[in-house]
Amino acid sequence: MIDTLRLSAEEAARLLREREVSGAELFAAYRKAIDERDPELHAYLHVCEDEGGDGVPIAIKDVIGTRGIPTTAGSRILDGYVPVYDATVIARCREHGLKILGKTNTDEFAMGSSTENSAYGPTRNPWDPERVPGGSGGGSAAAVAAGLAPWALGSDTGGSIKQPAALCGNVGLRPTYGTVSRYGAIAFASSLDQIGPVARNVRDCAYLYSIIAGRDPCDSTTVELPAPVALPEADDLKGLRVGVPREFNEHEAIEPGVRDAVRRAIELCRELGAEVGECSLPHSVDYGMPCYYLIAPAEASSNLARYDGVRFGFRASARDRLEMYERTRDEGFGDEPKRRIMVGTYALSAGYYDAFYGQAQKVRTLLAREHAEVFERFDVLVSPTSPTVAFKLGARTQDPLAMYVCDLLTIPSCLAGLPGLNVPCGLSEGLPVGLQLIGPQFSENTLFHAGRALELALGLDPVPSRLAG
Amino acid sequence: MASISREQLLHVARLARLELRDDEIERLEAQLNDILAAVGKVSELDLSDVPPTSHPLDVVNVWGADEPRPCLSVEDALANAPEREGDFFKVPPGGSS
Repeated sequence: MIDTLRLSAEEAARLLREREVSGAELFAAYRKAIDERDPELHAYLHVCEDEGGDGVPIAIKDVIGTRGIPTTAGSRILDGYVPVYDATVIARCREHGLKILGKTNTDEFAMGSSTENSAYGPTRNPWDPERVPGGSGGGSAAAVAAGLAPWALGSDTGGSIKQPAALCGNVGLRPTYGTVSRYGAIAFASSLDQIGPVARNVRDCAYLYSIIAGRDPCDSTTVELPAPVALPEADDLKGLRVGVPREFNEHEAIEPGVRDAVRRAIELCRELGAEVGECSLPHSVDYGMPCYYLIAPAEASSNLARYDGVRFGFRASARDRLEMYERTRDEGFGDEPKRRIMVGTYALSAGYYDAFYGQAQKVRTLLAREHAEVFERFDVLVSPTSPTVAFKLGARTQDPLAMYVCDLLTIPSCLAGLPGLNVPCGLSEGLPVGLQLIGPQFSENTLFHAGRALELALGLDPVPSRLAG
Repeated sequence: MASISREQLLHVARLARLELRDDEIERLEAQLNDILAAVGKVSELDLSDVPPTSHPLDVVNVWGADEPRPCLSVEDALANAPEREGDFFKVPPGGSS
């Protein structure tokens, strides 16, 4: 009997290697779990058949192109689109024998923090189906939390891996910008987009990262890793310098239960031998959100220009070509992409460029410098990943700015191109709280080391209490 | 503070090739003004001496070998076409823009 709620990818690989289970049995166990629990959760937009082979199954966020498997980015405008090539990360997963279980739900074009912006309906949080799983990668996070996949790929522009991982109680890495190829992924904001792993523990997360990371000639923004990925073995934090940025830990938007769980995790860092000290990133929280919500929409307005009904996806009926473009885009895009296209087009238009996009790019430099200064004294920064635990469906859908606040604490490091890891650190009101670990560029091994030591010391059960039998 | 008029909104929608419905225009006008007021915060900072960041990594000019490689076949390239004629994407005749 395979318990998909608790089986790690590492253990699954061992079972396969030692022929205790077959690839077909393992795949079927996840398909059974999906059949049982996904009608309620809606983590998947598309479920795949077993194509054979003895590898560990994996779920893929639906913004990543998969040859022969529908890829919608959660948008009606890509309804019916079936990629004719694999994204590089998919090719690498396949080379390692990983088997695709299906495509997971996402806010439309990864724009959102709750997965409620999906044109195909929201995903529900496995800890409480009345609540959101976070977003945009709520499908991947919910699938991993509910045992519908041992691990998954996500994508992160301003927090879309880390924030859902926090709200669903799993481990998610937003890698250093440039370490994972975006070739074949659906672009949202190209100077920010990164693909990364979602897993049930830090070792699985590190292992999946080792599979997908590294330079790709098809994506000229990628670089070689300076050092190979090390699977973490750590059980202490001796010598690690842990910084606690005031602005990220004392912000008024942080719920008391979240603050308390994170404080206990910081205390645990000290007990594990870390040198913990306070620090300040004076502009990051206050200016990160405004900066991000200029840069990301500006780049999105450009990237989403390709959806015009000519070459792929949805096309509205029209008498002439201009009408076809305008109607296709009006009927094909949902509210959030339209809002961002409008903000972005405005911010890039003549007369406003310098005041908005140009100024936001300078803020970005300021935030990168501010982080670099702090990393002269610290190896890792810690804070809550999300200011709140999972909120109720519908609670923030009427006010775009209320939704944008979800990303308050994840955005600054994304703008600075830094890696970040979410590690579950406790519960508040019976819902998961995530600890965010931020390091300098290419410090993934340090983040895995710290995350693993904390994870072992915390000893939390990753299974949602209502599913734990 | 930055704000967007109805006329500017319709102009931007045209630039972005979005045919907005009346109810959408109404809603967007209020939402865009809220969003612009929030993001306009970036103008509080004097950053005249700060260079802009367009790319988070210090990477300049990446060169690839100039070697031909196989590319998509015509059939693959047209596989997702909403409408095709022969080896072409078929679209309605041009309108005025």
